[in-house]
Amino acid sequence: MLSFFANPLRFMKLSGALLWPVLIVGLGLSAWGIWQGLFVVPPDFRQSDAARIMYVHVPAAWVSLGVYVGMVVASFVSLVWRHVLADVAARSAALAGTVFTVICLVTGAIWGKPMWGAYWAWDPRLTAMLIQLLIYLGYLGLWAAIEDPQKAGRAAAILCLVGAVNIPIIRFSVEWTSSLHQGPSVIREGGPAMEAVYLMPLLVTGLGFLLLSVAATLAAMRAEILNRQAEAVLNRAHRAAFS
Amino acid sequence: MIAAIIALFRRDLGAAWAGGGGALLPLGFFIGTATLGPLAIGTEPERLAAAGPGLLWVALALASLLSAERLFQGELEEGGLDLLLLSGVPGWLWSLIKMLAHAVATGLPLVAATPLVWLMLRLPSEGLPQVLSAVALGSLCFTLIGGVAAALASGIRRGLLLMAVLALPLFAPIAIFGAGVAYATLSAGEATATPLLLLGAMALASVALCPFAVAAALASAAE
Repeated sequence: MLSFFANPLRFMKLSGALLWPVLIVGLGLSAWGIWQGLFVVPPDFRQSDAARIMYVHVPAAWVSLGVYVGMVVASFVSLVWRHVLADVAARSAALAGTVFTVICLVTGAIWGKPMWGAYWAWDPRLTAMLIQLLIYLGYLGLWAAIEDPQKAGRAAAILCLVGAVNIPIIRFSVEWTSSLHQGPSVIREGGPAMEAVYLMPLLVTGLGFLLLSVAATLAAMRAEILNRQAEAVLNRAHRAAFS
Repeated sequence: MIAAIIALFRRDLGAAWAGGGGALLPLGFFIGTATLGPLAIGTEPERLAAAGPGLLWVALALASLLSAERLFQGELEEGGLDLLLLSGVPGWLWSLIKMLAHAVATGLPLVAATPLVWLMLRLPSEGLPQVLSAVALGSLCFTLIGGVAAALASGIRRGLLLMAVLALPLFAPIAIFGAGVAYATLSAGEATATPLLLLGAMALASVALCPFAVAAALASAAE
């Protein structure tokens, strides 16, 4: 399957057919989930309406980490099998991952002000998430700094694997330490500690955000492939003109 | 192979110490930062007790980072890297040896200067052995992680800023537990063993993992 997708032409055809359906379904699911969460679901017993920001905050956090795990897989594939598109996929996904990390941090700060009395606290979970954002930015910075795309891809893939140490730290930061941030209440042993009426919009928004990031990744990959093809055409024209 | 490793270690150690004492520059930076700190924060003992250990660790992290920048750049420019790649010694091994030589040449002077900085910050000397162990482990971690960032940025002109952006987030846990040891020595009843053991675990993990990342990054940069 890996080599099947290594052909850029085949990828362009397939991604062209997938891009719009994925984007539209992602937008639809996100809109339904957020609408349910913000307006339909009954208010929380203790936090009343303030808890509704959860329906943006939590899915954004899931997708931020999920995208990074996907990048780790792509980077591994790129380093081991020299897969042509894996580098492009990881880089393109990083853009979406960065955006959802920022959304997670900003909504968390807005939620923190009324509940904890402060926009920011140097709590393990919050700090680890901030470091995740810095890792995303460093990853994009490394791509931007090296001109040769192959070398940039290799260096970025190594950085991506090194940065993966932060993912378990984020996941377990609320269990290993006495954190201000609440513990996991959806993905945990013994199933979700949440009524279905609250859980459903959360899962739907999570799926919607995931599809949105897939669509953004596909679009960025297509742009990058077209860019490289255009450069190849230009180079050939230059060589023909000067030979 | 053993002879090659010993020769590489001695060569790097010699290169760091020979000609102008390049290995002493991070030391000057370390002490300079630690001098500027109290002047900016305020020199009252209470303030220094609150901010001093943190300042020590920021100075240590930055001094290690700046000195790690040139770890591989010279080898890449002068062709030493190609020789290492052709030597038959596994990449992770010579990467590790080079970084250990760097840690000995520039990290140990920082450890040796720590009591002086501790004195300048007017901190009590009882917990100094634990602080020194933490600084030794921490500077080893900083060298290894900084080495990964240096290898990734090695092909880039003026890559220091990028290297800092890559390395500083990964320095965070070391700074947290390193300063944790220092603060624990200041407050009675707080154990220094836990953060010290965690630092040791991170040093071992860095020794085990970082050389592979460095070797892969340098092999790609040398192409």
